Amino acid sequence: RMANEVVLLETWASMYGIRVRIALAEKGVKYECKEENLRNKSSLLLQMNPIHKKIPVLIHNGKPICDSAIIVQYIDEVWSHKAPLMPSDPYERAQARFWVDYIDKKVYDTSRKMWLSTGEEHETWRKELISVFKQLEETLGDKPFYGGDTFGFVDVGLISFYSWFYSFEIYGNFKMEAECPKLVAWVKRCMQRETVSKNLPDEKEIYDHAEASKKALELK
Amino acid sequence: MENEDVKLFNFWVSPFGKRVEWALKLKDVKYDYVEEDIFNKSNLLLQLNPVHKKVPVLVYSCVQLPPPFAVPNIVHAHKPIAESLIIVEYIDETWKHYPLLPRHPHHKAHARFWATTVEQKLGKAGWVAMSRSGEEQEKALKEANDIIEKIEEEIKGKKYFGGENIGYLDVALGWIAYLVPVWEEVGSMKMIEPLKFPGITSWMTNFLSHPVIKDTLPPRDKMLLYYHNRRNNSQNLHKV
Repeated sequence: RMANEVVLLETWASMYGIRVRIALAEKGVKYECKEENLRNKSSLLLQMNPIHKKIPVLIHNGKPICDSAIIVQYIDEVWSHKAPLMPSDPYERAQARFWVDYIDKKVYDTSRKMWLSTGEEHETWRKELISVFKQLEETLGDKPFYGGDTFGFVDVGLISFYSWFYSFEIYGNFKMEAECPKLVAWVKRCMQRETVSKNLPDEKEIYDHAEASKKALELK
Repeated sequence: MENEDVKLFNFWVSPFGKRVEWALKLKDVKYDYVEEDIFNKSNLLLQLNPVHKKVPVLVYSCVQLPPPFAVPNIVHAHKPIAESLIIVEYIDETWKHYPLLPRHPHHKAHARFWATTVEQKLGKAGWVAMSRSGEEQEKALKEANDIIEKIEEEIKGKKYFGGENIGYLDVALGWIAYLVPVWEEVGSMKMIEPLKFPGITSWMTNFLSHPVIKDTLPPRDKMLLYYHNRRNNSQNLHKV
């Protein structure tokens, strides 16, 4: 009988990889973590994700699953006995998928545009990023988690970005606490979970990483 | 006792809305079709999809009547769902007849991955190849070719992506079957050479001749006119 072999290809700073780590932790799944160097991708990565050549990739018993939102749903379906992440009602499931899709469409791209622009353009993207977070705060409403009473798919999808908030605040010259206090309260609730706090990188290390990437881009 | 009402808000030529129509028809779900002009959006659409302001939107309304002898308590729920692939999964989970998604989690993940990957890669490259010329078009055609080669590997030996029957991935990629030939004509280019891609070509024929699919296609001459206009607008926008 084949052992349950789980391997995760990722990079320490990737918010998408963090989603998978949190999901695996929620389910109590043992896995091997392989850190990739994106400037020198391993043959395993190129073999397992030949189309996009991106991380994260989950390799379960030798078979790859790509795209963090798809991976988290896969994990939820395979290890269904514990900590369900998706709601059971089809409409609620559609809403959960919608909001993770929204996060994927908006947060990284907008923050990157803000990060790389100056003057009026920068101001536009800065405002846009804040409005994205305000929208996400509105979606949360008065619920303790996006999943309602329990930590769920959208919570995993968004908390993975938390280590980047500090960098967003510096580059965007705003305070998340002032703009989205309810969202910050939600962050604190999530951080009480070991599965989250143990899998998020240090925000200052993320900032140093962002600064280094920015300098590298400016030198090109 | 439940009274359900299903409405689809869509724009006639949208390949995204077409997916939703196919899912509903394959499952024999009765629905009302509401045409939206995406160049002049209704207030209702903006209310139903305030985040993206786009079609398609599926609205599922349910009136739950109380059982006999209970206190009257009518629950009327309007549930709008946006984003075509999310809508298709919702339909698959709500109406169990004619299952679209595979059952095994790995096959499910595989189908989901291919649906979004092809949309990202071929949707974008195809649009540019249709609407641009010269070097830009050539570059787009190369990108399109890369992903089409992968799709050919994927369909090899199968009647449909779903196997013997149309499945989720066929519904997700079905736009290729009827839209790519139109784009090829409008852009005076060829993306899917039958001899080079026999698998995909065969799949396109099978898909378009399926009894549920064949009467759902927008009129070809109307599509040609629409995309010619889009190409002209795109060319004019980029004129130096």
